[in-house]
Amino acid sequence: MSQYVLRRLLIAVPSLLGISLILFIVLALAPGDPFSELATNPNVPPEVAAALRAKFGLDDPIHIRYLRWLAAMVQGDWGFSFVSRMNVDTLILQRLPATLYVIGSSQILALLIAIPVGVYAATRPYSVFDQIANTFAFIGFSLPTFFTGLLFILVFSVTLDWLPFVYSGDIKATGFRWFVEQIRQAIMPVMVLGLFQAASMTRFVRSAMLDVIRLDYVTTARAKGLGQAKVIVKHAMRNAMIPVVTLIALQMPAVFGGAIVTEQIFRIPGIGSLLISSILSNDTPVVMAVAFVFACLVVLFNLIADVLYGWLDPRISFR
Amino acid sequence: MLDRELRTMIDEVKDGRMDRRRFVQRMLAVGLTAPMATQLLAIGGVAMAEGPSAYKPTKRGGGGALKLLWWQGPTLLNPHFATGTKDQDGSRLFYEPLACWDPDGNMKLVLAAEIPSLQNGGLAADGMSVTWKLKPGVKWHDGKPFTADDVVFNWEYARDPATATVTIGVHRDITVEKIDDLTVRILFKKPTPFWADAFVGAPGSIIPKHLFADYKGAKSREAPNNLSPVGTGPYKFVEFKPGDLIRGELNPDYHMPNRPYFDTLEMKGGGDAVSAARAVIQTGEYDFGWNIQVEDDVLLRLEKGGKGKTVYAVGGDTEFIALNFTDPNTEVDGERSSMKTKHPLFSDPAVRKALAMLVDREAVKKVIYGRAGRVSSNFLNGPEKFVSKNTTWEFSIEKASKLLDDAGWKVGADGIREKDGKKLKLLYQTAINGPRQKTQAIVKQACQKAGIDVELKSVVASVFFSSDVANPDTYAKFYADIEMFQIPMSQPDPSQLMRRFHSRYVATKENKWQGVNFPRWVNKDYDEAVDAAEAETDLIKRAALYIKANDIMIQDVAFIPVMHRLKVEAASNTLRPVVSGWANETDNLFDWYREATG
Repeated sequence: MSQYVLRRLLIAVPSLLGISLILFIVLALAPGDPFSELATNPNVPPEVAAALRAKFGLDDPIHIRYLRWLAAMVQGDWGFSFVSRMNVDTLILQRLPATLYVIGSSQILALLIAIPVGVYAATRPYSVFDQIANTFAFIGFSLPTFFTGLLFILVFSVTLDWLPFVYSGDIKATGFRWFVEQIRQAIMPVMVLGLFQAASMTRFVRSAMLDVIRLDYVTTARAKGLGQAKVIVKHAMRNAMIPVVTLIALQMPAVFGGAIVTEQIFRIPGIGSLLISSILSNDTPVVMAVAFVFACLVVLFNLIADVLYGWLDPRISFR
Repeated sequence: MLDRELRTMIDEVKDGRMDRRRFVQRMLAVGLTAPMATQLLAIGGVAMAEGPSAYKPTKRGGGGALKLLWWQGPTLLNPHFATGTKDQDGSRLFYEPLACWDPDGNMKLVLAAEIPSLQNGGLAADGMSVTWKLKPGVKWHDGKPFTADDVVFNWEYARDPATATVTIGVHRDITVEKIDDLTVRILFKKPTPFWADAFVGAPGSIIPKHLFADYKGAKSREAPNNLSPVGTGPYKFVEFKPGDLIRGELNPDYHMPNRPYFDTLEMKGGGDAVSAARAVIQTGEYDFGWNIQVEDDVLLRLEKGGKGKTVYAVGGDTEFIALNFTDPNTEVDGERSSMKTKHPLFSDPAVRKALAMLVDREAVKKVIYGRAGRVSSNFLNGPEKFVSKNTTWEFSIEKASKLLDDAGWKVGADGIREKDGKKLKLLYQTAINGPRQKTQAIVKQACQKAGIDVELKSVVASVFFSSDVANPDTYAKFYADIEMFQIPMSQPDPSQLMRRFHSRYVATKENKWQGVNFPRWVNKDYDEAVDAAEAETDLIKRAALYIKANDIMIQDVAFIPVMHRLKVEAASNTLRPVVSGWANETDNLFDWYREATG
């Protein structure tokens, strides 16, 4: 198994190199200029913007810029933001807690809803509960988060005035109040993201479960006289979880990557909002770092998912 | 009319026969604003008075928290690196200039002890130097005294190309010398009638020498205080997360009495303008929202029964349509819109004049800008003293059609006018931004009715305003027939704005399109007027020259003014913000307070 992991890690190196090269070229070809705002300021002569471009190496050929970036990345230097004039890693680390908290909670919420609802619906297919669950699931994943987000703001912030809709990075209260405030401000974004995720995941769990529940070994377990709960949880669910694990593992990078739209709506200072503002201001080092870290996480969690398969189903062996 | 009468009045004020207030009132009556009237007095030999302050609180602090919402959060806190106004706004929370601009364009003292004038010896009669006296006893937030050395250091720091500041343009052509610990003199290379450029307003904020001296030049990016400012301002720095949050707290040693009012300060970034308006006007979660460029309909709806209102500040920002005087479709030596070509359609003045008649400014105001715009016939819309009264505008499809008919542009079979095989087809480009696309639609519709075919194009702002030489879609390359945007006026003086369109600054391939005269408009009379104005130290003659320059622009239809745009902010009903159209929103923050009654 360790050999398998090692081999997979070695294979990851060329694929990550390929990803970084493509990312870099695409970003380099994309039009725009981090210093565009200077152009309309009559105080700043245009040669100043040109000098800044030269200073930050924006006028060098692409391959030289790429090699320079790669060399720095290998040494652990993630780059230097044009726009904030600070190191990209500090910038990203500042944004990570909010993203982990909000997106992580929403993923947990999604799982907490999707697994029980999906499993229960699968045990009673086409029952009233199943029909209702299905209807809500369809509504859930056909409504985009920007719509539900705005709807939530209108209902809970504007009309009812219960919840704040501007997320604050650090709340001034201490102790218990801090805790309450922290939860209060996260309720809406977590609900918006969590319900959206839960909707599609419920459908997924349900169908995975339906596939398994009709198999002979489940009937055998029932014939042995095992209780319904034990049959479902111990026998059926374990096998049904294999495809679900893949789905969850591939969702994990998103927990670190943030949710661009939702973060923007609720002003959550997360990775997603950092990414979008960096893209808009053409802050290539930041975009490059965020996208590359994201790529690494995808590769990593794919590997983790594959390892988890073996644990869930010993028949799957590592070769 | 101005000249003789004004001079008499100025003399009367000087001799004490007329008081300042009456003078300013008389000036208002003839259409000059108070700020320009006071500047007239200054040059006329009467000291410039400081703008009045409506600040009421009688003690420092006690105002609780001030929550500001900037939907584009500041990304850095060093005024010399501020790429956009949002960064200047953020830096200005902690750093201060020698003086700033109040809502009327009056100068307001911050770190300076008095406004330089001819009487107090601050201004040289030949306009070659200005001497600033600094306020004694001012301390940086870390307790070190603020002195003339700091001011001189800022000049050295900014003018060093290796430091890579954006303020280099202001500092490279001046010399700053220390006279004594509390006096500095700025020497100009040529007579400079507008002397309040360096060290004034948010871009002129001063950083401490003792913390930045080791980080001048190439090492500038390593300075730890780039991210944790130690300034002289009313609020002390607490925390900064780029693009997201700035926090500050009251500075107990602030040098202005009874200020600041608020105990803590928070500036939150991110989101969009509409939801920012909502958070201030409708739910009251925040006290102040910056740059609320939202359709007036939406704002009016939010204001109904809301907790806040919109606040407007008048400056000199003009949204305009620029006409290309070169041919964007012919390539000469690998360069489109080359100076060696003439625009095939616009070389006929009738076409330019007709186009100006087809821009329905009233409709643009009514449908798009609402309270945030004023209809104008001028390119130069402020300060009031420089605004021409000689120009007019009208919207008339019939007159435009007649003009084109008379000039020989006949309507063809496809409904498009043509003459000598040239069809009246125009490419109209602008940056992507809601109001701009709507304005394009209004103009296109009118043009169609008059037999002009207009193709619309919109470019992402970061590309449109880019200095990327390789990109064909920048406003400076101007590969279109007409283009629309605005050039903000960042100080109450027209010299920078008007200088741009001197023929020596045309944008060409040779200067990598860094020339600022992007329409490539060449007019000898204009050049002469601007050159004369730059050297003119007599403010009255100078104003007349700028008015003349504006009139030439409008008569020659180099530009079609679309809208004189106002700054729009949102504020809670209890907040008393002081916002100037001539400065950054946070420039007068020391005067902000809250009043219980709405």
